[in-house]
Amino acid sequence: MTRIELPSYLEQSDEVKARFDDIKQREVILELKDLHKVFSTAKGDVTALKNINFKAHRREFVCVIGASGCGKSTLIRILAGLESASAGEVLLDGKPVSGPGPDRGMVFQGYTLFPWLTVKKNVMFGLRSQGMSTFTAESEALQWIDLVGLDKFADSYPDQLSGGMKQRVAIARALANKPRILLMDEPYGALDAQTRSKMQSYLLQIWHNIDITVLFITHDLDEAIYLADRILVLKSHPGEVEEIIEVPVPRPRDPDQFISPEFLATRKRIDELIHPPSDDGEDDKLNMIRLTRVGDEVEP
Amino acid sequence: MTSTPWFAPRVALSTKRTRVLTIVSFLLPLLIWSAVSYVPFLWHPKVVVVDPGDVSYFKVDMLVDREVFKNESLKVEEAGKTLPTGKRANPIYLPAPHEVAKAFVTSFTTEPQRRSEQWLHESLWHSITIIFWGFTLSSLIGVPIGVLCGTYAAVSRIHEPFIEFFRYLPAPAFGALAVAILGIYDGPKIAIIFIGTFFQQVLIVSNTTRKLDISLLEAALTLGAKRMQLLFKVVIPGILPDLFRDLRILLGWAWTYLIVAELIGTSSGITWFITQQARYKNFDNVFAAIMMIGIIGLLSDIILAKLGKYIFPWERSANKA
Repeated sequence: MTRIELPSYLEQSDEVKARFDDIKQREVILELKDLHKVFSTAKGDVTALKNINFKAHRREFVCVIGASGCGKSTLIRILAGLESASAGEVLLDGKPVSGPGPDRGMVFQGYTLFPWLTVKKNVMFGLRSQGMSTFTAESEALQWIDLVGLDKFADSYPDQLSGGMKQRVAIARALANKPRILLMDEPYGALDAQTRSKMQSYLLQIWHNIDITVLFITHDLDEAIYLADRILVLKSHPGEVEEIIEVPVPRPRDPDQFISPEFLATRKRIDELIHPPSDDGEDDKLNMIRLTRVGDEVEP
Repeated sequence: MTSTPWFAPRVALSTKRTRVLTIVSFLLPLLIWSAVSYVPFLWHPKVVVVDPGDVSYFKVDMLVDREVFKNESLKVEEAGKTLPTGKRANPIYLPAPHEVAKAFVTSFTTEPQRRSEQWLHESLWHSITIIFWGFTLSSLIGVPIGVLCGTYAAVSRIHEPFIEFFRYLPAPAFGALAVAILGIYDGPKIAIIFIGTFFQQVLIVSNTTRKLDISLLEAALTLGAKRMQLLFKVVIPGILPDLFRDLRILLGWAWTYLIVAELIGTSSGITWFITQQARYKNFDNVFAAIMMIGIIGLLSDIILAKLGKYIFPWERSANKA
């Protein structure tokens, strides 16, 4: 086997560099300041998040990645206002947020569509909650349903849709409120590989078409690199920012880039961060048990 | 298709098999009942006298134990007198299916024995109104309390410990008290149904409410729903189909309290009819009346189930049973 010499993930083409310069010029939508989260359990306090500092700029696509249990779900729940931070601040457009609100749209991993409402009524839910008239809310909702390509299913109930379609409705429902940021908590975790990659392309298209900042949580390296401008890599126990990686893969993204040198270099770097070579003497290898069948040649 | 086994764990049956088994489940008890009633050598512990012969106290159509009949026959035979004749029969409390079937019609058409008494359909209707009021009053109060208990921990804490205690008190135990407070007519009967239903209802409804997927509430919060909207736009519509199912089950329980309730104060309704007919030894009517309760219960449940499918269209795909 020949080893391919990869460039450094820090190397950026002029085009990519220009793009990042542009992003950094833009206004800050979301800012996390010294965010801490401590859970009190029977066995004592557990620090889930420690010292998280981060800024997301307008129309930026940020992915948060980390091994399971690193607190990435806790992080997004704090951003959504579903949980409160133990210390530190979350600023949206420079103003501190407390509690959930329509200015931060959320897409959950489980399908959280309201089963008793049709697709259209699901998308109208947020608009109606804020006092928009049924008529206006309906025409707004139909536009968003159109945007995610489900106009034929506006009057279907969620249970009649496939998993991928449900998540598209969930995205439309979250976007209909015109939030400042779209928070996505492993939204494609429950989908099969094929639907998943299709949904990733959809999401990039939607993101490209409208003015929205996205914070996307995942544990899938390829997904993170494919989607993100920057990737926030979280370390486990406690959840701390390990590194913020600027993805050197140019846009528009395409599944063909999965094997491009920049992509692979980034992938290798994140992989090292998330799965550091074990230094505690623990052997990752499983015991080899040879199952023999009659007639198999067993080496001595 | 033909190779599908009848007994595969948790595998749904075909429509045809479901139908066949449904019919069999009713036919089987009927078949056993018919066998016991019509096959003379199965059970039949009594003898019905056809001709008393020379036994002094035998009369035509009298039911006597087989043992007694045999002894008396022996005695008359030894004395050289005419033997009595008889047929083997079941006790009076087990009428044959055809007699009960006939009673289904005749019990409706038979005039009450006394003028103050009610026709069967009047008794049945009276029972239904008792159930209706007891259950409706209980639901009007119990369902909202249950929903609030399931939604707000504080409401739950202030209600559920006491209700948890109270539900162990048997409803019929309040009979005398109910009569003292509410008189001897329908009041105490409705109260018994209410007591029997209400406390279970609050606990069951609050449990159902708690089972609502919490992420639906979280989703609503992130969409900007406020407190009252959470209750009325998420919790209530979210639990409606399950709530409806709960009420169907609870309605069945309400029927089980009916018989006790109707014995309190002046006995009335279908229970009065049953006790009265038993007193006259019209056991065919007794059986018919008991079955009528079953039929009314089953029919109302089937109607409610169909209604549920109609009013909760989103449940149709999820609920195939």
